[in-house]
Amino acid sequence: MKYGLPLVAVIGLILVAWLGSMIPGMQYFFGVAIPYLAVLVFLGGFVYRVVQWGKSPVPFSIQTTCGQGKSLDFVKHDRLESPHTTTEVVARMALEVLTFRSLFRNTKSELYDGPKITYESSKWLWLFALLFHYSFLIIVIRHMRLFLNPVPEFIVWLDWADSMFEIGNPALYLTDAGLLIGLIYLFSRRFTNRQVRYISLSSDYFPLLLLIAIGVTGVLMRMFLRGGIDIAAIKQLGVGLVTFSPVITADIGSIFYIHLFLVCALLVYFPFSKLMHLGGVFLSPTRNMRNDSRQVRHINPWNPDIKVHAYSAYEDEFRDFMVESEIPVEKEPEPKEEPAEAPA
Amino acid sequence: MYNKGLIVSGLVIFVLLVTFPIWFNGLDAGPLPKPELPPNGTKECVAPVAEMRAKHMQLLNEWRDDVIRNSNREKIVVAGVEYGKGLQLACMECHSNKEKFCDSCHEYAAVQPTCWECHITPTEAAKKEAQ
Repeated sequence: MKYGLPLVAVIGLILVAWLGSMIPGMQYFFGVAIPYLAVLVFLGGFVYRVVQWGKSPVPFSIQTTCGQGKSLDFVKHDRLESPHTTTEVVARMALEVLTFRSLFRNTKSELYDGPKITYESSKWLWLFALLFHYSFLIIVIRHMRLFLNPVPEFIVWLDWADSMFEIGNPALYLTDAGLLIGLIYLFSRRFTNRQVRYISLSSDYFPLLLLIAIGVTGVLMRMFLRGGIDIAAIKQLGVGLVTFSPVITADIGSIFYIHLFLVCALLVYFPFSKLMHLGGVFLSPTRNMRNDSRQVRHINPWNPDIKVHAYSAYEDEFRDFMVESEIPVEKEPEPKEEPAEAPA
Repeated sequence: MYNKGLIVSGLVIFVLLVTFPIWFNGLDAGPLPKPELPPNGTKECVAPVAEMRAKHMQLLNEWRDDVIRNSNREKIVVAGVEYGKGLQLACMECHSNKEKFCDSCHEYAAVQPTCWECHITPTEAAKKEAQ
């Protein structure tokens, strides 16, 4: 069920786009309306999620550290593992965002008879995650050739470098292979590793399957199912979309609409799923806070605004009642001028 | 909102990056490719237009493999017309102007075919002869 449902969902999306795009007139629905809607939902949802996170108070100073915090001068401070200044936080964050440092620490635990448990460094997750993410980034940048007119030299160069081995025709992009290899590893990891399989949910399998489907349809469209893949017409649609004058001038093959629809599904799904780690990695209090709680007091924004009411003020307020009830007071009330007793 | 300045500027950068193609093009779709029709007036090609548009690069590679790797120079006949297997033997006989035909779409879509690493265009050939 955990992986069956996502599989059915992805197949369903493919069928919707495949059958739908063959209905005359529906090309504009799948090629224009859906992409606009998807980008709007993506941007709106992304901003909404980040603003919601920004509004959430951080009650405690909860940075995660795994090194010596700043202390006395003769104690060696681990600046990356226990950042004390904003610069050190930025450095640690940059390494995390750009090189996935926390995945580099991934360990594999195995249980032996005894019972005995062992932990062993396991870099595969880090390696394939890096492969997948950077391939995906380059693929997204490369796709800009279909949206920008004229195409900047940088993207032409990237396109050349990515297909430099000229495998097949049109040449296979290395990042396409990297993306699929990375995804297949990330997917099979959830099947073969018992512990990870136990904690995997539909929402873990769905984005992986969706991305695999996007990658496979992309490669199929480029290298194998070329029928009706008129790049000039596709680019005309792409540039049309971003200049708000979209036109579909040719009978573009169904595989294009399937690919596009799956990407739109990914964009719509993105802000409401675990994929938001794109924005979330920057807003993790455990990573973006300085470990300076010994120098700077962290104020919990949830603290109610309590006005100071000192004992002296309290006594001032209730002195008369206290005296009346014979409770000792620090400051005796000023003797009232008693009316002179009537002469006897 | 906490850390408002940082979060809002981060979001603004993100939105600007995602919508980059809109700013780059400036709402101007730019010139469309207009591949020149054969100057000699030929109307028929080795395959229908749609198929040529989508698959000409694969056809050219098949021809190359046939001629160079399998030394099969047999001409192909389509609708009674004979075509030699080759960029210059067949394609450029009609589409004689590389700059106006091939380049128009290739530049638009930022495609860099490797044909011209070995072949020379008729314009270049004419220049060399003149020298």
